Amino acid sequence: MADIKIRVLIAKPGLDGHDRGAKVVARGLRDAGMEVIYTGLHQTPEMIAQAALQEDVDVVGLSMLSGAHMSIVPRVVAKLEERDLQDVLLFVGGIIPDEDVPSLREMGVKGIYGPGTPLEQIVQDIRTEVGSP
Amino acid sequence: MSAVQGAGSDTAGLGDVVARALDGNRRAIAKLITVVEQGGPAAQDVLARIYPQTGRAHLVGVTGAPGSGKSTLVNEMAKEYRRRGLDVGIIAVDPTSPFSGGAILGDRIRMRDVVTDAHIFIRSMATRGSLGGLARATADATRVLDAAGYPVILIETVGAGQSEVEIARFAHTTVVLQVPASGDEIQAIKAGILEIADIIVVNKADLPGADNAAAALEAMLDLNSIPSDWHHGRRVTQLEPAGSDQSTAQTWRPPVLKACALRGTGVPELVDAIEGHWEQQQRSGVSRLREHERVEGELRETLSRSLLHDLLLRLSAADLKDAVDRIVARQQDPYSAARALIVQAGLDPNGKDPFQEA
Repeated sequence: MADIKIRVLIAKPGLDGHDRGAKVVARGLRDAGMEVIYTGLHQTPEMIAQAALQEDVDVVGLSMLSGAHMSIVPRVVAKLEERDLQDVLLFVGGIIPDEDVPSLREMGVKGIYGPGTPLEQIVQDIRTEVGSP
Repeated sequence: MSAVQGAGSDTAGLGDVVARALDGNRRAIAKLITVVEQGGPAAQDVLARIYPQTGRAHLVGVTGAPGSGKSTLVNEMAKEYRRRGLDVGIIAVDPTSPFSGGAILGDRIRMRDVVTDAHIFIRSMATRGSLGGLARATADATRVLDAAGYPVILIETVGAGQSEVEIARFAHTTVVLQVPASGDEIQAIKAGILEIADIIVVNKADLPGADNAAAALEAMLDLNSIPSDWHHGRRVTQLEPAGSDQSTAQTWRPPVLKACALRGTGVPELVDAIEGHWEQQQRSGVSRLREHERVEGELRETLSRSLLHDLLLRLSAADLKDAVDRIVARQQDPYSAARALIVQAGLDPNGKDPFQEA
């Protein structure tokens, strides 16, 4: 009997230290039965890609409230691609102005979640995209 | 669902992944760990392929109470091993929620110094229902890293209390962390986690009370009435290790070391002690004895798991439910019910009908 779990990396890139949102999402995904690797604050794109690779995650969730998403997300995407991890589902949570959403999607971000997003929606999106438990 | 079936077309692509993992490819290593963690025929196939390449790594367990500094110490230990020119694998185990089946794996937070080192591989694992401080698949994940050529593998258990002692059966060298001000001398002489220590570390030694804690632990070791030729409950004198020096004997008194993982102090001394222990174990032949013990334990466990699996295949969900109903209604006790199910499944050749006994 295979014991399959969705594995999610939750990381906070850059210098912003507000991690309440990341913790709430991590907890919510845990309660939905997923295994959440929580890396903590101040992660570089390199650290995030290394962790995603070693932990063989299905999903990488970035929490960003600093406004640096337009410069950090492309670097994370590049580091993931360097390691052949372009199939990993990437989502971003935090403060993302509407006008940035199309370009983020173009970079390959599947889910973009602002304040007030119900946790069920994130859980549902992940399950749909990853397509299992 | 036999192992033979597992080697079939279902898992044909795995051979390539195995080859790359054995070559040290990190993506392939990560994939294989996922496969062995998921279990089933694919996992058995992978293990059969890599098993001949295992048995080379030194497995070092690190255990202690939640918050005693295990992850921080592992971070520092990994750095010290790297300074000594060795690659390091790390398996960090955190608990699975018994309610949701999910988990938050947070050991990487404390390992930030080493996460981008290309010579260090860190994998977080959830216990997925196992008690005892490790996940069911921890041993198999360790084997993947072993086969991939990591000479040292650090295994961090879940935050352990007094009885999560499984690590000692599995690791070659077990380091138990204590912190100052964590109880009186009676805590130190209770059975359990301290008994499994090959090395005891009083971490957070910059806090008041560290010297007292170390002294209490030394006093506990002085009281040790177990004859010195016993090791983990087994007499080891029947061993006749080739070329071993009898004067260095088979005895090992766990050293009590002080460390402050946050500042990295005491860590080179700890790694020296770990290396010293491993050397002594090999010289005295104890490592060979422990390997046999460990393999036997694992074989027995695998047998019981496989038997349970085969048994359940021969029963329907309704059979199980009926048995549960009978037990809940106090019409049958759990032992008789289990016996009856085994007979019903046809796995007990000498089985009598337990209902006639009742």
